[in-house]
This record gives sequence, C-alpha cells and structure tokens, in this order.
Amino acid sequence: MRFALSEDQRMLQDSLTKALAEASPLDRVRRFADDPTDKVADVWQTLAEFGLPGLVVPEAYGGLGLSMLEAALASEALGAAVAPVAFLGAVLAPLALMRGGSEAQRAEWLPKLAAGEVQAAIAIAIAEPIAGARDGAGLTAAAGKLTGKALFVPGGMGAGLIVAADATGGLHLVRGDAPGLSRSLMPTIDDTRRLAELTFAETPAEPLTANDGLTTLRDAAWVILAADTLGAAQVMLDKAVAYAKERRQFGRVIGSFQAVKHLCAEMAAELEPARALVWYAAYAFDHAPQEASLMAAHAKAHTSEIGRFIARTSTEVHGGIGITDLLGLHFWFKRIGQNRQLLGGPEKLREIAARVQGLAA
Amino acid sequence: MDLTLTPEMAAFQGEVRAFLDAHRDDYAGGVPKDVKAWQALLIDHGYAARTIPREYGGYGAEPDILKGRIIAEEFIRAGAPRGIANQGVSMLVPTLLEVGSEEQKRQWIGPTLRGEVIWCQGYSEPGAGSDLASLQTRAVEDGDDFLISGSKVWTSTAQLADMIFCLVRTEPEAPKHEGISYILFPMSTPGIEVRPLKTMTGAAEFNEVFFTEVRVPQANVVGGRGRGWFVANTTLKHERGMLGDPNAAEARLNSLIELMTTETVGGERIVDNPIFRDRLMALQARVFAMKFNGLRLLTAAQSGEGAGLAGLIVKLQGCELNHQIAALAIDALGELGILYHDGAHLRAKGSWQRSYMFDLGLIIGGGTAQIQKNIIAERGLGLPREPSPAKA
Repeated sequence: MRFALSEDQRMLQDSLTKALAEASPLDRVRRFADDPTDKVADVWQTLAEFGLPGLVVPEAYGGLGLSMLEAALASEALGAAVAPVAFLGAVLAPLALMRGGSEAQRAEWLPKLAAGEVQAAIAIAIAEPIAGARDGAGLTAAAGKLTGKALFVPGGMGAGLIVAADATGGLHLVRGDAPGLSRSLMPTIDDTRRLAELTFAETPAEPLTANDGLTTLRDAAWVILAADTLGAAQVMLDKAVAYAKERRQFGRVIGSFQAVKHLCAEMAAELEPARALVWYAAYAFDHAPQEASLMAAHAKAHTSEIGRFIARTSTEVHGGIGITDLLGLHFWFKRIGQNRQLLGGPEKLREIAARVQGLAA
Repeated sequence: MDLTLTPEMAAFQGEVRAFLDAHRDDYAGGVPKDVKAWQALLIDHGYAARTIPREYGGYGAEPDILKGRIIAEEFIRAGAPRGIANQGVSMLVPTLLEVGSEEQKRQWIGPTLRGEVIWCQGYSEPGAGSDLASLQTRAVEDGDDFLISGSKVWTSTAQLADMIFCLVRTEPEAPKHEGISYILFPMSTPGIEVRPLKTMTGAAEFNEVFFTEVRVPQANVVGGRGRGWFVANTTLKHERGMLGDPNAAEARLNSLIELMTTETVGGERIVDNPIFRDRLMALQARVFAMKFNGLRLLTAAQSGEGAGLAGLIVKLQGCELNHQIAALAIDALGELGILYHDGAHLRAKGSWQRSYMFDLGLIIGGGTAQIQKNIIAERGLGLPREPSPAKA
C-alpha cells in the first residue's frame, strides 16, 4: 500500500510547471486576457511537445496512455500557472471516445487530439444535464441532428471537435465546421479560459453509445476542475506567505504578527488535506469505480470551499496591493471562482454526493 | 498510488481477523471481560506493545507502520477494544525507551504495559499552560533527594494513579528551558494532595495536584538533570500523534449518519432535510480529506520521509472536525439535542453534548489551536517568530 505520487508523476508535474513558466508567464496570460482573438498557439505548441493533449489518449492512438491521476496533476500545474488553456476537453474528449466511440470514430479523432493538431480542439457542452438548464438552454437530438443551445462551454470558441450531451444525457460528436453551429463568447470573471455559448440548428451529430458516458465525463470533469483549483489555491497561499515575509509595517515583517501568521496557517491547514482528497478522487476514477462519483463530487465541492477561503484570505494578507490589477493576484482569484461555479456548485455537488450513497432520494 | 495490500499484508490482515473472531467472547459489547487478561493476550499476539522489546515485557516486533494500521482497522471493524492506552503506556513508555536508564526501563515498562501500574502526567500548572517551559514547581536538593513543592493542573487520572511523571524546576538560575527535570515518583508519597477538577461536562475528567515538600530520590530523574524539557518534548510528540486521529472522526461521522438516517422529526428523517444533509456532506468531505491525508502520512512515515505540513495540521484540523461533527448531531436532534444526564427521551446517553463540550477541551489541550497555528506558520511555512517582548 502506497499513498504517494511516484517519481514519474512528480517529474511530470515538475517539468510541466517549468514548461509553463517559460511558455505562459503572467505577461503572456495578460496578453491572452486582453485579446479575444488570441488563440495561444505558442502555448499550445509547447504543451503539445510535452504530450499534454494526448495525456489520457491510449498509446495505440499516439497518446501517452496515462491515468486520471496524471491528468489531475497536469490540471493542478495549469491552475497554478493560470494557463490560458482549455484542458478539460483534452481529458474528456478522449474518455468519451474510448468509452462510447466506434472504432472508426476513435481512429479518426484520437490521433489528431493526441498530436494537438486540432488546436484548442475540444469543447464539452454538458453543463445543462449536470448543473441544470438555465435560460432555456439544452439540446434535443433527432435523426442524427442536434438542436438547441449549450451554455458555459469551456474551449467552445475554438473547438474543432465538440462532445455534446443532449437533455437525456446522450453524448454526441459534433465537428467544429458542422452546418448550423454558431458560437458566441460568454464573458466571465475569468479571462484565462473562455467559455462559449453554442447554438445548434439541426446540426449534424454522431451519437456515442456508452450508457454511463455522461456520468464518467462528469466525474472526470469534477476531478480536473478540483485539481485546477488546488493548484491555483496553492499559488495564492505561497504568494501570501512570501508577501508576509517581505512586507514591513510597524518596523517588522507582517508575517511575524500572529494576526497575519494565523491566516496563513489556516490556509495551509485547509489546503493540505484537500490535496490528499483530490489524489484519492483521481485514483478512485480508475481504480475504485464504486467510489468514483462520490469522491469526485466531494473533491470538487470541497476544493471549491477551501479555494474560496484561500482566494479571499490570500488577497487580504496582501492588503491594498492584493486587489490591484498590477499585482495580478486576481487571475488566480477568478480562476478559483470560475471553477467553483462550473458544472455544479458545492451545494449541487453535495446533493449528488448524498444521492450516490443512498442518503437522498 | 497503490492502495491494495501485498499478499504478505493481506495474510497478516487475515490473522488479525481470525484472532478477533476466535476471541469474540472475551470482549462482548466492546468491553474486555478482564482488562488485564485481555491486555496479556494482546501482548502475546503482538496486538499491543507490538514494537516494545521482549526483555521489557513487549512483543518485540520490528516497527511496521502498515501492520500497525491493519491492526487498528481490524479492531475498529470488529468493535474490539484495543489494549490499555493510558498515559503510562502511550507517553511514559515511549519516553523511557528513548531516554530512560536501563534500570528505569526494567523497573517500569513491564508493569505499566501489563496494567499493574497506572500513571498520571504532571506537566501543566496554573501559571504555565501554553508557555509550559515557565513552570514553577520546584525541586530543592536535600541530601540524595529532592523536596518538591508546587502544583499541577489538568492531571487526568491522578485520583487513580500509582505513579506520576512530572516536570519540576531543579535549576532555578538556568534559562527556563534548561532548568527543568523529568522525574518519576509514587502518588502515595507524603505531601501530595489531589483535588478533582470538575469541567463543563459535569464530570471531573481532570484534577489539580498539590505538592508540599514531597521527598523524591534524585535517582528518579529520567534523561538527566536539567534535560526535562527535551525529555518532555519526546512525550508531547506522542501525545500530539493521538489527538486529531482521522479514524476516530470517521467512526464518529458514521454514528452521525446512523443518527440522521434513523431519527425522524414530524415523520421525516433528519437526512431528508436538505439543510442538514448539506451540512452532513460538507463534513463528510472533510473527514475523507483527513482520512486520505492520514494515508499520505502513513506512506511518508514508512519511507522515512518528513511529512511536512500534512503532519503539522492534523491536531488543529482533526480536533476541530470532531467538534463540528458533534455540533451537527446536536443541531440535527433539535430540542432533543439539549437533553443531558438521563431521562426518557435522551439519545446516545447524552454523548453528543458531552463530546461537544469535552472536544472543546481537546481543541485547547495538547497545544491550543492558536499554538498549533504558530507551529504550522513557523515550522511549516517558515514565517518568523513573534519578537520577544522587551524585558520589563
């Protein structure tokens, strides 16, 4: 029995962290935030060389064939870097194809996804059946065509392939150039990952067959978002601690005041056990399927709660500079805030956690 | 990450299960029929005093953290009582093993393990709580003896104890951390008075202990005169390991789930109330997080790595979590939650209210939550210590 990352897993995370520091420092993130036409081709190029788009694609299709735990570690690194990358689809689309795609569908799409050829390529339009439909959104499928709207689609603006769920939970593949598909940007708090509103008007779609496909994608999405928040929250804690060691008031560094020191301790005390929960949720996704939904729901709900606490507390430790655009701490603050609401907020997820263990009707 | 057991460990788990099955009659209702006989049986099989050398009365196994955990889990699963886990066994014995003289080890470890000698701990004083090193109980040389005078507080089981392990100031001129000695003496020595200390639970879980020129041989010092602070920290390390145990939180959460799925209010199960259900799930996520954090610590300990922050936060988070679980149980019970002592409608013998109050003591004791935060910030995050106040 061993509850720890392997040497390979640590190396994967460390080298991705270094690659992101090169390819996507904060000023690169700022340029993306300021330019809606920026496709971050340079950042994607680096990540593709790293193998990130094919992380969970089986080796037979040109991917790395790694597990959800590695995907979670990568997501943590991306959250830590507030990287302007729609990673969710890079994990969920291959999973959808492996669970419910035909051999022809896999052969067509998986190698392209793994190579990063279909750039920023995958959007997951599954918000409605998971989090509940808003403003009349939702998709209906009939005779190989999808009609309706999907809101809050991560990566949806640039997607070359869309995995979409209809109102009954059935999954479909939609090509980015399919007729009747239109996209519009949904401006949100988080300028590091864009969300799209997708409109389908009798848009051709190929169905996927897996019965539990949506549940699998949902659980995977929760783990990935939880890990992203974990990474962002860790950076906010680290920045608060570094600032508290350097900023002087009343002739002392502020980190020597218990009022400030205890805020830092509280953040660390909340964050550290959450890391173990995210690891376990990722492990359970592959190795303990009977617990996968419960742990994924708890991981996402819990990291959202402690993430919110850390985001506001770190900002507070920074004092006035913390709320300025100049410092840029707000990119992490907003990233955490967006992850919290996406694909079910904590209350919704706890409801599902209760349901999957028979504690709610 | 690999959470499966190797064949060797699975076989060991089977042995523990078989033992607990075979001896079910010895602990019916979760209580040993005969405490000392049960303890002797457990030591024989290596389920108590497992790593303590045979020559001192233990089982003499090599330390194996995973086996230790398997034993703990199987005993919880079977509802079987663990061996004696009083302060003598869990704190004095490890301390003697680390720093005691050969004679002290031979004299005290065996009888303590067998339950023949009961110990209490004399650390805190009315004027020395969080700042324990400022303790004032003094030991004055008198021939080959010390004469000990002063008082201790928060001394659990002092009224039952045969012996005390006690911190006293032997070098009043030395800096405060260097003038303390760790000394053992019988509670029957003339000059000792024990007064029960009743707490908000209504029970006297603790005592105050007063010493008036208590005569103790100097040879009873453990670990060297003036070294008591370092010896005590050996012991405190063992105490902090016991507080905030995630297995205890998980067991308590399971009791809370049982309560919320069986109690009804106006015909509705408590768990069917969405607000209470939401609070329950929020706590369950925390319990899982602490449980997996515990597994992470276990692996770190096995591979000899430092646990860092993951270890430093256990006391703070674990004690708070236990307290919050009790708080939700009380809220879920509604008016029934205020019942206490005894009476017709009382649930769980009033244990939720008792836990809620007693656990507040655990949040304060063994290093307060605020002291824990200082430790996390200073040792874990590298923030500077509070500057010492200017001498008045």
